[in-house]
Formats: sequence, C-alpha cells, structure tokens
Amino acid sequence: MDALVLARWQFSLITIFHFFFVPLTLGMTILVALLETQYVRTGDEKYKSMAKYWGSIFLINFAIGVVTGIVQEFQFGLNWSEYSRFMGDIFGAPLAIEALLAFYLESTFIGIWVFGWDKVSKKVHLTSIWLVAIGSNISALWILIANSFMQHPAGYILDPETGRALMSDFFALVTNPNVGYQFTHVLTSGISMAGFVVMAFSAWHLLRKNEPAFFRTSFQWAAVYALVGSLLVATIGHFQGQFLVKEQPMKMAAAEALWETEQPASFALVAAIDENGKTNPFEIKIPYALSFLSYNNFTGEVKGLHDLQAEAEAEYGAGNYIPPVTLNFWSFRIMVGAGSLMVLLAMLAVFWMKNIESKPWLLKALIPAAALPYLAVTTGWIMAETGRWPWIVYGLQKIEDAVSPNVPAWNIVLSLVLFVGLYAVLGVIAFKLAVKSGTSNSHKHEGAAAD
Amino acid sequence: MNLQILWFILVTILFVGFFMLEGFDYGVGMLLPFLGKKDEERRAIINTIGPIWDSNEVWMITAGGAMFASFPQVYATLFSGFYLALVLMLVALILRGVAFEYRQKFADKASRTNWDWAIFIGSALPALLWGVAVANLMRGVAIDENMNYWGGLLPLLNPFSILGGLVFVSLFVMHGANYLALKTEGEIEKRAKDMSFKSWIVATVLTVLFVVWTFFETDILTKSGVNGLIPALLAAVALLTVGYFNKTGKFGWAFVSGSLTVVFATVMVFAGLFPRIMISTLNPAYSLTIENASASAYTLQTMTIVTFILLPFVLAYVGWTYYIFRKRIKTDVKTLVY
Repeated sequence: MDALVLARWQFSLITIFHFFFVPLTLGMTILVALLETQYVRTGDEKYKSMAKYWGSIFLINFAIGVVTGIVQEFQFGLNWSEYSRFMGDIFGAPLAIEALLAFYLESTFIGIWVFGWDKVSKKVHLTSIWLVAIGSNISALWILIANSFMQHPAGYILDPETGRALMSDFFALVTNPNVGYQFTHVLTSGISMAGFVVMAFSAWHLLRKNEPAFFRTSFQWAAVYALVGSLLVATIGHFQGQFLVKEQPMKMAAAEALWETEQPASFALVAAIDENGKTNPFEIKIPYALSFLSYNNFTGEVKGLHDLQAEAEAEYGAGNYIPPVTLNFWSFRIMVGAGSLMVLLAMLAVFWMKNIESKPWLLKALIPAAALPYLAVTTGWIMAETGRWPWIVYGLQKIEDAVSPNVPAWNIVLSLVLFVGLYAVLGVIAFKLAVKSGTSNSHKHEGAAAD
Repeated sequence: MNLQILWFILVTILFVGFFMLEGFDYGVGMLLPFLGKKDEERRAIINTIGPIWDSNEVWMITAGGAMFASFPQVYATLFSGFYLALVLMLVALILRGVAFEYRQKFADKASRTNWDWAIFIGSALPALLWGVAVANLMRGVAIDENMNYWGGLLPLLNPFSILGGLVFVSLFVMHGANYLALKTEGEIEKRAKDMSFKSWIVATVLTVLFVVWTFFETDILTKSGVNGLIPALLAAVALLTVGYFNKTGKFGWAFVSGSLTVVFATVMVFAGLFPRIMISTLNPAYSLTIENASASAYTLQTMTIVTFILLPFVLAYVGWTYYIFRKRIKTDVKTLVY
C-alpha cells in the first residue's frame, strides 16, 4: 500500500476513535453542570451525588478524549505536511485559538473540579464545571471553524506567487455559514449521546430495583436531555442537508446514490449500487421525497452525479470527482436511521418517565440503545469527510496533493500499528471502567472526594 | 515591532512556559517509582501535580498550535521530518495521561505498579525526545530546497542530540525533585531533597559537557548579532545556585533557580537560532527563517490581537490554580484525593 492510502487510513481511524469520546464530553459536562447547579440551588445532596456519580463516567471518558486530542493537534504536520503548507495561514489560527481559549480553560478547571471539592466554595466549584463545559464546547466550535473551511472555503485569497491559500477575512472565516450547522449539529449530538448513556446505566439499575429513587431521577433528567438533544440534532441535520444540496451537491448526490438529475426527485430508501457501472441495478424509491428533503417543496430539481461530474470537469479539469457512493449512501442512511430511532426512544422514555419501571421492555431496549448515538456520529463524520472526496479542501486542494512527501510508507505502517494497538487497548479499558463505574452503587462514589 | 519577530518571541515564550512547567511534572513522573515506596506515597506524589499537569501539557499543544498559525512551514517541516520521534512522543504522552487518571481505578498492586511505569515512560521518553529534537534544531538537519527533511529517524539520533536528550532528562529530574521537596512531607520530602542534590550534580556535569560541545558543534553561542551566549551564562549561574540553595536547605529558592535555568536555557536556544527556526545543513539558503516560513501579515495581525486579549486571562487563572493548590500534600490516606 502506498503512503497516501496508509495516511488516509491512519487519519480516519484515529479521528473516529477520538470522536467516540468527544461528543460524550460535550454533552456530559453540561449535564453534570446542570446537576451540580441543581445541588447548589436547592442544597439537595442527592444532586451532588448525581453530579459525582455521572461525573465519574464523564472523567473516564474525558481522559481518553484529552490524550487522543494531542495526536489530532500534530497529525496535520505528521502526515499532511503539504496540506499544512497550503492551508497553514488559515488552518493554524483556529487551532491556536482553540488551545488558548478552550484547552487552558478545560484543563485548568477540570483540575479544580476534581481536586477542589473541599478547597473552593460551592459556587466556585460549580463555576469550574461550567467553565469546563464552556471550554469543551468552545474547543469543538474552533475545530469546526477549521473544518468548515475545508468543507466550504470562505474568507481567503490564493497567493499569486505560491498558489497557497491565505486568510483575507478572519470574520468571514469565523462566520462561515457551514459553522452554524456543523457546530450545533455536533453540540446537540453530544447532548443526545450523554442522555442515552445516562439512560442506559439508569435503566440497568432500575431493572434491578437498585437505588430506585436515585436512578429514577437520573433517568428523568437524562430522558428529557436525550429528547431535546435528539430532536434538535435531527432538525438541524435536516437544514444542514439542505445547505449541502446547495454548497456540496456532489456529497449529497453521493449520499443519495442519485446518478441522474431528477425533477421532482425521489428518495431511494435502499439501493444496490454499482459504482463501476455508475448505476443502481435495484432501488426502492419514494417519489417526491428527495425534492422535499432538499427544498421543503415537492417539485425541486436535484442534480445527479453524472451532471455534477461534468460540471466539475468543466471547472477543475479532467478527473474523477465522484466520491465513494456506496459508503456515503449507507453512512447517511445509518446515521439518519439511528437518529430517528433515538428520537422515537427518547419520546417514549419521556412519555413514561413518571413510572418508567412499569415498562421494563423499554428499559431493556434503552441499554443497547446507547450504541445508537455512537453509530450515528461515526457514520455522520464518515459522510462529512469522505463525501468531500477527492478534495481535502473543497475545490482548492486534492487529498493526493496534501500528504507528506517525506514520510515513507513503512513509517506510517509503524505509527498505524502503534496507534491502533494502543487505542484498542485503551478503548477496552475505558469501556470496562465506564461499565464498572456506571453499574456500581451511588454511595461508592461518596467515600472519596472524587472517584 | 515586526510581527514575524514578535511571533518568534511569542513562540519562544510558549516553549519557555512549556519546558519550565511541564519540565517539573515530567520530573515528578520520572521520580514516581523511585521516591514513592508505598501506595499512599505514590498517590501523594501524583497528587502534587494532579490538578495542574493537564494545563502544563496545554503549553505544548498551544506552542504547536501557535507555530502552525504563525510559522506554518516550520510546523509542516518539523513534524513530518521528525515523524517517528513525534509518534513515539505522542504514544508516551497518551500512556502518561491515561495512567494519571486510571491508576486509582485499579485496586491491585500489580496493576498500579504497571500504571506507575507507564507514568515513568510517559514522562522520561518525551523529556528525552524533546532534548533530542532541540539539539537537532541547534545543529541543523538536512533540509532540501523545498523545505523537506528526508533523513528519517536515524540521523537524528546522533551523539550530540542524545547528550541533549540526557541534559533535558537530568534537568527535569532535578526540577521535579525540587518541586517535590516543596510539595510533600516526611519521608518523601527527605528523599526528594536527597535526589535533588544528586540529580543536580548529574545535570551540571551533563549540561557543562553539552554547552562546551554546543560551542564547537553549532553557531548558537558564537554567531554574530543575536546569539545565545548571554542567556547561556545566565543559565549556568542559575544552575550553580541550585546547588548552593540545595546545600543551604532553601528549596523554594532552589526551585526558582531550577526554573530560571530552564528558562534561560530555552532562551539560549531560540536566541541562537534567530532569525532562523530550522537550520538546513545542506545549504544555509534552505533554512526556514522567520521570513520564509511565516504566515501572512494579515494572519499574524489577527493572531496578535487575539493573543493579547486572551493570554492575560489564561495567565491569571492558571496562576490562581497554583495558588489554590499551593499546600503540601500530606501522605495520609484519609485526606488524599483518589
């Protein structure tokens, strides 16, 4: 395998792994901060226990998110030096701001939160967890500002001498319309993930009639949180899709496996896809549905891959501009399917949350349902990143031109083996610790100041 | 002031902050298996840096990010060129961070001992590799006309750079021992003070050797214009006073002097490099400088404004955490935060 393929595998595997932990951090800090707010407001010790109990799972998750995040900061230099040279003038700034504005905040105040229960006042302690929550989410915002440039370049000029992208308008970079969709989509996906994880562990305890008062309250908070998150993530996703139809039509056409332009466009529920023959030998289609999804009307024209390929060739020269269709088609469907199931389950959970123990089937269903948000965020990112193929920066730089020329394949094999091996071990350890923590009794978390 | 010079100084400050702060917590990590005999002693040692090691590490991430923003060509050349060394360092740092957080989740002694060694390796390897990297930057590497270094890992592991690595390790061990002397009580404090003196001797011998070799091997101390000679002398004085304060029992001052040693040594390197950032041994014209490696004036202006707004807040709350956790850690199972 050549260095380019290996570098792509390395980027995708370590970034997907990193993003198992990020959304839970984003959503869980806010949930823990809300619980601690309730404790400080009411003085009810139960909420302090809940903040500590769910905080413990949050910390197990947070640790892996932090350490795998270090690799993220450096891997653009490691494997994508030509990208760093081409994009550094634009891409470095949000990364540096992310570190200055967010990483110091979360790393400092997580220390105060963990070690400071007896050292600082209740209010300062509460402020600390809110600052961690704000820091984590600001961090997501800045890295998505950087990613948004790759999806939808804004606020730049090309250097006439070197051909490199130069920042020309910081405000345009930050207010890139893609940022609003992407950030809120990620934030709310984190909120729904945290809700589903807390519901799953609470359900486990409730099925065993273990500390029902404690876990019923946890369940209720989590159910509402999950419903708010999953409804928002779906709604924002809908509008984000419409934005992409305009701005990255190729990605959406690939995600729909739409080879020919249609007006009105029908939505393929399932399809067998022949990428070589560039056709779908079999598909089940819902008439008008894709026009509606794309434009909120039943008559809009949706461009197909063939026409988009011809347009791209006219604009960028000969070449293949069609992203991996099968991968995008199924990633999109798995994401939307998982997300829809989450909305349904969260609705049922909220509907029956007053006497949820009378619905053991729902509690049983909610335990494996914690996997749904992980499936959704992973497939969502696969679509966001591979749907941009062949571009690393949409319309400006191709992936094949971005890789480090001076890193030989065997070096990447070595680093890939090291990272994947280490991450696999850490993933198993983190999962086991989280399960152990989430299936333990609440008082176990009381003895020590922070477990 | 010229913004490229300003950003060279800001990146220098970030590396100064990183080596000075993370330096002692690397030292604490390396000393953990040796100064802590019982489990509660090891917990006490870890807790001296528990609330702060993460923010210390952010100095490195910020230095990397700031370099990406201000000198993107250096970011690209350095990290692709030093690929395997950086990968090893990242693996070590991952082990270290996870070990700090997960160690207490395992009740059995064998697991905890394994995590302690993970902390040791996770601290020693980055210290060593940073020393190796800095020494190679001082000496220069074979960078071609397209700003790429093709040599791989082996040429980076030369005797000069390995000595540089050992200097970093020994200075950080000394720095960590001084820190532990201030932050612990009883047996650990005694062992830390003892270790502080021993490591001071080793660090002094290695540093003297390295500086003499630097004089012959590089132009860091001798080139005309800005060079590293004065900060090198200041670092030497600071290092000597560490031994004096150590012998007279003034460990607060020993820690200050140790910090200043790291600060001046870092300044020496950057002053000696200026205005180059990465020296090419193939042709001086291929070197990466603040001119040919920097971001555009617009980006530098933007980043300057952002940094001058944000940095004061960061320094204030980071300083405040050190104040909150200023007390010595008692080796007492009842009060230790696990």
